[in-house]
Amino acid sequence: MLEVSNLACSRGDHQLFCGLNFSLNPGQIMQVQGANGSGKTSLLRTLCGFLMPDEGDIIWRGESTRELDEDYYAELLYLGHLNAIKDELSALENLRISAGLSGIELEEKEAIAALRRMGLRGREQLPTKVLSQGQRRRVALARLLVTDAKLWILDEPLTALDVGAVELIQDLIAEHLARQGMVIFTTHQPLSVAGIEMRTLSLS
Amino acid sequence: MKKSTMLGLLVLVIRRDLILAMRRRADVLTTLVFFVMVVSLFPLGVGPELSMLRKMAPGVLWVAALLASMLSLGRLFLADYLDGTLEQMMLAPQSLSMLVLGKMTAHWMVSGLPLVLMAPVLGLQFDMAGQALGVLIIGLLLGTPILSMIGAIGAALTLGLRGGGVLLSLLVLPLCIPVLIFGAGAVEAISSGLSIVSHLSLLGAMLVLALVFTPWVTAHALRISME
Repeated sequence: MLEVSNLACSRGDHQLFCGLNFSLNPGQIMQVQGANGSGKTSLLRTLCGFLMPDEGDIIWRGESTRELDEDYYAELLYLGHLNAIKDELSALENLRISAGLSGIELEEKEAIAALRRMGLRGREQLPTKVLSQGQRRRVALARLLVTDAKLWILDEPLTALDVGAVELIQDLIAEHLARQGMVIFTTHQPLSVAGIEMRTLSLS
Repeated sequence: MKKSTMLGLLVLVIRRDLILAMRRRADVLTTLVFFVMVVSLFPLGVGPELSMLRKMAPGVLWVAALLASMLSLGRLFLADYLDGTLEQMMLAPQSLSMLVLGKMTAHWMVSGLPLVLMAPVLGLQFDMAGQALGVLIIGLLLGTPILSMIGAIGAALTLGLRGGGVLLSLLVLPLCIPVLIFGAGAVEAISSGLSIVSHLSLLGAMLVLALVFTPWVTAHALRISME
């Protein structure tokens, strides 16, 4: 499904990686590993099309993502370092708007159910500026519950989360893989999904 | 779960930006208060001679509207850029130009429309005639959206730059000169008994051109700024 061939990327004059090849099929999960500054985030951002690779191709369903654009984006969910959450809006408004931007009109019931599963019961209507860092991250991660995207690209999804939330994210990833989804992620915390082989890609 | 349409997305972005503007009212008020202040300073500075005030009124109002609309441009994309929402907008399955058009529309409703509504009251300070006030409003209604749209290109290009605010004004102000000339020209024309049709149709043509091209150009500028 997702094939990356001979990918090279640089920031400024510094080359981060070159000649990168991998492919990811439905039901597979891959962890991108490497020290700080080795280009993990740049790789994920290149896969999303924010950065242009110096050379190489990213192929989705047999076609280059450069030509697919919006068809590719419809099947992609990206969660970066930034939560994409507005302090002035409530958790509920934030979730409904971010789902709307990704092309899904979310009913209030569905949004509330998703937030409750993320452990935010009773905080749905509060402006997110009064929530803690971990709770805001949970609001951002609630998008995982209301998406039908096939490919999840998660950049450090576990930052600021407590043990319970980490387990919840592991469950969500397992459910997604069972539905023949695909996940590419980076993390510096241990993350394991029962019964699934974790592929790794090391950048150095 | 329902799939949203292109129009649904446009409405979503406009509604979102309007809600955010209502919850950060200070931003909206600065533009309007700046406009009122600048325009009110002229009669005080120039003196109360009515014939002179009447003559300079269209120019003063238009220049003040132009400068006031520059004030809020820096914030057009900045908050979304800083909190990561802009990344998510780029990954929207609908075209980014459509989202940009939504943001432009909301920006005009928040910073352009109040100026249009305030202009006739300020025009009275300059002893403008009723007919001239009418033409001023029509001109501003056609012109201020163009200012928001041209400004959005500049805002997208200077996104994330230090000192972007000044650079933004330097980039955008020269491009707004035609709007200023025809907008103020229309009011002067009606005051001296000439036809206003040519001025207003040119403004209308510029508005249509801007509607077609600026969202697309802004979307490209945003993608460049995100790299």
